[in-house]
Amino acid sequence: MRIKGKGLIDRSAPVTFHFDGRGYEGFEGDTVASALLANDVTLMGRSFKYHRPRGVLTAGSEEPNALITVGTGAASDPNVRATMQETYDGLRVRSQNAWPSLDFDVMAVNNLVSPFLGAGFYYKTFMWPRKFWEKLYEPVIRRAAGLGGLSGAHNPDTYERAFAFCDVLVIGAGPAGLMAALTAGRAGADVILADEDALMGGRLNAETYQIDGKPGHVWAADAVAELGGMDNVRLMSRTTVTGAYDQGTFGALERVNHHHGGRGKGAPLECFWRIVAKHSILAAGAIERPIAFQNNDRPGIMTAGAVRAYLNRWGVSPGKALTIFGNNDDAHRTAQDLADAGVRIAAYIDSRAEVKIAGDFPIYRGAQVFNTGGGKELESISIRTISGTEKIQTDCLAMSGGWNPTVHLTCHMNGRPTWRPDIQAFVPSEGSIPGMVAAGACNGTFSTHGCLAEGAAVAGKVLDMLGKAVPDVGLPQAEDAPYRMEPLWAVAGKGRAWLDFQNDVSVKDIKQAAVENFRSVEHMKRYTTQGMATDQGKNSNVGALAVLADATGRGIPETGTTTFRPPYSPVSIASMGAGAQGAGFAPQRFTTSHRASVEAGAPMIEAGLWYRPSYFPKAGEKTWRQSCDREVGYVRRAVGVCDVSTLGKSDIQGPDAGKLLDFVYTNTFSTLKIGRVRYGLMLREDGTVMDDGTCARLGDQHFVMTTTTAAAGAVMKHLEFVAQCLHPEWQVAMTSVTEQWAQFAIAGPKARELLNGVLDAAIDNDSWPFMACGDVSVLGVKGRLFRISFSGEHAYEIAIPSRYGDSLFRELVARAEGLGGGAYGMEALNVLRIEKGFITHAEIHGRTTAFDVGMADMISAKKDCIGKVMAARTGLVAADRERLVGMKPVGAVKLLSAGAHIFAKDAEAVRENYQGYVTSVCFSPEIGSYVGLGFVKNGPDRYGEVMRVVDHLRELEVEVEICPPVFFDQEGGRARG
Amino acid sequence: MRLECPICGSRDRREFYYQGDAVMLARPAEDAGADAWDSYLHLRDNPAGETRDLWQHEAGCGAWLVVTRNTVTHAVSRVALAADVKGGKA
Repeated sequence: MRIKGKGLIDRSAPVTFHFDGRGYEGFEGDTVASALLANDVTLMGRSFKYHRPRGVLTAGSEEPNALITVGTGAASDPNVRATMQETYDGLRVRSQNAWPSLDFDVMAVNNLVSPFLGAGFYYKTFMWPRKFWEKLYEPVIRRAAGLGGLSGAHNPDTYERAFAFCDVLVIGAGPAGLMAALTAGRAGADVILADEDALMGGRLNAETYQIDGKPGHVWAADAVAELGGMDNVRLMSRTTVTGAYDQGTFGALERVNHHHGGRGKGAPLECFWRIVAKHSILAAGAIERPIAFQNNDRPGIMTAGAVRAYLNRWGVSPGKALTIFGNNDDAHRTAQDLADAGVRIAAYIDSRAEVKIAGDFPIYRGAQVFNTGGGKELESISIRTISGTEKIQTDCLAMSGGWNPTVHLTCHMNGRPTWRPDIQAFVPSEGSIPGMVAAGACNGTFSTHGCLAEGAAVAGKVLDMLGKAVPDVGLPQAEDAPYRMEPLWAVAGKGRAWLDFQNDVSVKDIKQAAVENFRSVEHMKRYTTQGMATDQGKNSNVGALAVLADATGRGIPETGTTTFRPPYSPVSIASMGAGAQGAGFAPQRFTTSHRASVEAGAPMIEAGLWYRPSYFPKAGEKTWRQSCDREVGYVRRAVGVCDVSTLGKSDIQGPDAGKLLDFVYTNTFSTLKIGRVRYGLMLREDGTVMDDGTCARLGDQHFVMTTTTAAAGAVMKHLEFVAQCLHPEWQVAMTSVTEQWAQFAIAGPKARELLNGVLDAAIDNDSWPFMACGDVSVLGVKGRLFRISFSGEHAYEIAIPSRYGDSLFRELVARAEGLGGGAYGMEALNVLRIEKGFITHAEIHGRTTAFDVGMADMISAKKDCIGKVMAARTGLVAADRERLVGMKPVGAVKLLSAGAHIFAKDAEAVRENYQGYVTSVCFSPEIGSYVGLGFVKNGPDRYGEVMRVVDHLRELEVEVEICPPVFFDQEGGRARG
Repeated sequence: MRLECPICGSRDRREFYYQGDAVMLARPAEDAGADAWDSYLHLRDNPAGETRDLWQHEAGCGAWLVVTRNTVTHAVSRVALAADVKGGKA
């Protein structure tokens, strides 16, 4: 119920939202949890395993119970904590893990058979029969146990990723964080202050403390306003710093658009930040510990700090007759605040016998709550005092087992926290994250004065390191009460006392793990699943290991903690992968002829990131083969034009350019004449073929290398490696010019005729013989011409600055059509090269050597080169290696398929008889049948042998004759003509 | 993770390509023998502690770098241009 006059909500701005289809009223500033409590709704979810009714336990991001699904349809978000979801008009949320309804959940039967469902139950029960696991057990368990489900539909929301840089990242905007940010901000440092809450101020918004004579939340608002006015300070609210990484990098999730009805319009839903900070100040606060006792999970039982937060920040009393159970002085504040607000306190129970507390309510010292009563909501508690047991009627129990500093981020780089016996809690170990210092409650300093002082002090230290003068900020007056407590982890007694609410792990389960010798805290965690839910055990880790320590007769520091890993709280994959959905997954590279190709109806296929035309269909053609055969005919009988710009082009210059090429190619380039092109083969240092291509010498110190499309990046990196790491003394520089030049192959008997139509000065066979190159003028534009051939025909490649690519391509295709030819695509290009036995990465696929592809002679004996020594290893030049051959079908079946295996004619098609494999196949219009390239043991020695090709996947079996890999114009006369 | 490129300054690790041990700088002579070549190409230490690795600032200036880094703490103690290291200038 709402309490008049309390809370920081905007009572002038009411909102209506729906929970499980029913409308509720709230105010701006409410969370779903606070608004539901204001409407006296305490049942908000069902537990993971036993489907026990659960209410809200906390008021923050550590909430284990109140998980809801926000939104509907494709845009629904599961497992959102009701304590973090702000309300807005029209918000629709629903409960999870209950069927048919939250109120009546049939799976609650799990709770009755719970003796059989304890720790290790899955491992022990569902062992046999083995095949039942996948078919029966797992699907059933998954349906019964679980959190919210995904919609299964495409995510329609937009997300973003962004980088930010600063001198100081302050994590958390409570008293310590605000004071640190004020100090650093006033000193002129570049500050980012990030806080997961919508409203900065941390516990100051949830408490009634005074700072400098004004309410804490007012002081916080003033501080935030001052920081907001500084140009050197960036305030990031609704931003959770989720991980600490190397060299001062932090991950942070900003919930940009979850809090109002404008979702989907304009701003992204979430933004995942990578923040790079020279220094960081952790002021993440602390999380209150529940106490374990029987039935401590009934809706209406929550932490004492959460009760204060609901009362002071949201003006809500979570009950009408409250009880409080604690082991520390901090819990007294809950009683004080409730009493001040006029809420009835049915009992105050302190586990300590000697304790000073006064109030107009029944006080039990040295007493413990050992059980609770009620159904779907709390009705009573049972307490044990020195004089006996007693039952007290109550609808809300506030419990406090003390506070755990939020050390998580300090452990993300393998740091282990330090146990402090005086506060019975872990605190950050200094230096766990380079550049990070902790201040305030996360450092074990719990008083407001202590937090403010420590925030200012650590900021001063950071400013010193940044070489900035520390301003005198003056310390505001604030309470400095000591934090007194005596440990109480679990109340002795029967029944299930819950530790991990989200994964339904009880004290018994932890003890069971110890009995079964899962004594290591990491083993206990896996065996019981404690801390493995979406809250990562924020409420239960320390309690669970305290119980384990007790059960194994060790101390808590000896027992140790499990490893805290990023993210601190769940991060959607969509935000981390923002921009990478659909076409954003990989950039698209388009050639200058792309538009013309698409206009011509060419289906575009991917070649790495590039898109290339597969073929150019003509009216009346029904299959791709018809188009392909026609395009092959252009090149063999007239002239074809093909965009080859995707091949890598490296411009290499310098006095030692020739030396570099001699070293990276197996053959010699330093002797190549200016105006000539040579084919080159490149090896990896292990002797395997890396790439092949042509290299043209344009000047004494100037070469242009081409690489295959696939290896362009790798070759560039390799060239730089050789030049920088192996021979920095060479004077040579290189740069990729792939994007700068559009390059078109013009191939066929009429290639020169076409060319001379566009060249400003005509060429002939003497001025431009086979393998010649040089500068030309193309329709008034300076370009380059190379007489090289990948088709075996009289062919050229013409290069022109990219901005002329589109117009030149259209011009060349139009002129080719006038000569009885036209454009050709990848399919035809592939046929033309297979007919000639030219290799591609289908053949030089990373496992073949120069010897295997029949190019052993290309490794010059006169010089060293990359890969030369290793290529000469006996095993790499053995005759029985799988070596390049050609093949043609000779039996009844005339089809070939790449990837098929090759066997001796009469051998069974099994692995033991394996002789080789097929790499490239095509239908050759010239030969009039399928032809293929492949690798066969002792390859060239088996020309003429009939072998058996079996494709087990396509169920294809073909008899082939092994032959030399060149099917057409073996002498190569056509290219020279 | 960030690396301090001697040419470009502190940059995010996504701009860099990781190659492997900086032993790749010491390429054996053609006649160094099988053991030297085997060691150069295939044998690597796997230290818990300091390593010297080759990285390339691929999405930046293209420089190959020798990065001295601790595999336990992830601290980067030194980044030098590979050309300087190989040339004896660093």
